Amino acid sequence: MIDKQVASLAEAVAGIRDGATLLCGGFGAVGSPDELFEAVLDQGARELVAVSNNAGSGRRGLAALIAARRVRRVICSYPRTTDPVVFEEEYRAGRIELELVPQGTLSERMRCAAAGLGGFWSPVSVGTRLAEGKECRTIEGRDYVLELPLKGDVALIRADRGDRWGNLTYRKSARNFNPVMAMAADLTVVQLREIVQLGTLDPENVATPGIFVDRMVVIGGQP
Amino acid sequence: MMPLDRRQIAWRAAQDVADGAYVNLGIGIPTLVADYVPAGREVVFHSENGILGLGPAPAPGEADPDLINAGKALVTLLPGGSFFTHSDAFLMIRGGHLDLALLGAFEVSETGDLANWTTDDPNMSPGVGGAMDLATGAKAVRVLMQHNTAKGEPRLRRLCRYPLTAPRAVSRIYTDLAVLDVAQAGFLVREIIAGLDLAGLQERTEAKLDAAADLRVLAVPEL
Repeated sequence: MIDKQVASLAEAVAGIRDGATLLCGGFGAVGSPDELFEAVLDQGARELVAVSNNAGSGRRGLAALIAARRVRRVICSYPRTTDPVVFEEEYRAGRIELELVPQGTLSERMRCAAAGLGGFWSPVSVGTRLAEGKECRTIEGRDYVLELPLKGDVALIRADRGDRWGNLTYRKSARNFNPVMAMAADLTVVQLREIVQLGTLDPENVATPGIFVDRMVVIGGQP
Repeated sequence: MMPLDRRQIAWRAAQDVADGAYVNLGIGIPTLVADYVPAGREVVFHSENGILGLGPAPAPGEADPDLINAGKALVTLLPGGSFFTHSDAFLMIRGGHLDLALLGAFEVSETGDLANWTTDDPNMSPGVGGAMDLATGAKAVRVLMQHNTAKGEPRLRRLCRYPLTAPRAVSRIYTDLAVLDVAQAGFLVREIIAGLDLAGLQERTEAKLDAAADLRVLAVPEL
C-alpha cells in the first residue's frame, strides 16, 4: 500500500544533509511552505543552497532560515520582496551568496532537470550582464545562451489538497513555482492544508501527479 | 506646458491596447493601464505568477490571500480567467504568445535597448524578476516612464548607461512629455504635449529626435 503521509513536520524533513540544495516553492509569501522551513530550522541542516523566487519576507519561513545563517547561497530572480529585512542585512554584510537568474529561466532550468534534459538554449539575457560567461549560439538567425538544468536535493512544497498517493492540487496563484519544483528534486516534501480519500480529487484537476511526491504532512488551515 | 501625471501616461498607453490583446503590465505606472482600457475592448491581463484574466483589486473584505499579481498586490480573477504554473506563465512570455508588455524603465536607447532592472545601487541587492523574459519574449514591448529623472537627466539616450535588460526590445515610449517610436533612424516623435515644441523636447533628451510627418499634440483628459 502506498501512503506518503507522514505524522510530523520533523519526519517530513528528516535526513536533509548539510550543503543540500532546497527548491523552495512560493512567490513572495503566497504558496510558501513556511511550516516546512521552520521544520528545517529545527532539523539542523546547514550550508544550504536555497532556490526560491524571492529571498524571504519578514522573519518567517525562508527568512528565518537565512536569519539563523543556515543558508550559504540563494539562487533567485528577485531577492527583494515585501519586507526583505533579513536577506538585505546578510547580503550587505557579505554573509550570503546570491546567484541571480531571470524568473522564467529559473523555472525552466528546474523543468529541464525534471525532464532529464541537459540544458536549453534561451534568448533571455542575451546581450546583458547575466549572459556573461555563458555559451552562445545562433539558431535560425536568433541568438541564444545555454542554460543548464537546476536539480534539487529536496523540494519544499505547499499544496492545498492531496491524497495518500501524493496527488496534489493548489489554490489560485499559490500554485506558482510549486508544481515545477515538485518535479525537480530527489526528495519532494509537501505541506498540505488537507488530506482527502483516494479518488476524491478530480483527476482532471490534479496539478502534481503523485509520482513526483515522496512525503506529505498535513498542516491544516483555512481553504 | 503641463506634463502628464502618472495616470495620464497610463491613459495614453491604454488607448493603444487592441481589443483581444493578451497583455502583461509591469510594476509602477504600467499597472495603472488596466484602469483606462477604452470601453468595448476586451483585454486579457497576464501575470508572471500564473494568471490570465487578472481583474481589479478586491473590494474591501473580499480579498483572497492566495490571489496576488506579480507585484505581490491582492487582485481578483475575471470570469474566464485561469491559473497555471510558473513554467507555463514564462513559456507564454518567452514563446511569443503575449501580444504586449508594458514596462517601466530607467532608460531606453535610440535603438530600443531597455535598461529597467538595476542601477547598481550598492545599498541594495540586485533583482531581475521577469524583466528580461518580458523584454525578450513579448511580441511588442512599450515603455511608460518619466521623460527625465528627478535631477532632470534624460532617460532617452544614444546608449543606456545602466545595465541592459534586453537589446533592441522597445518599439514605443510614453512619457510625461511625448509619445515616441523607435524607428530605423532613432527616436521618432509622434506626439508632444501642448506648450512644448520639438526643440524643447530635444533639450530634455540626449538622443537625436526626429519629428513624425504627422506630429500631433499629446492630448489627455483630466483624470
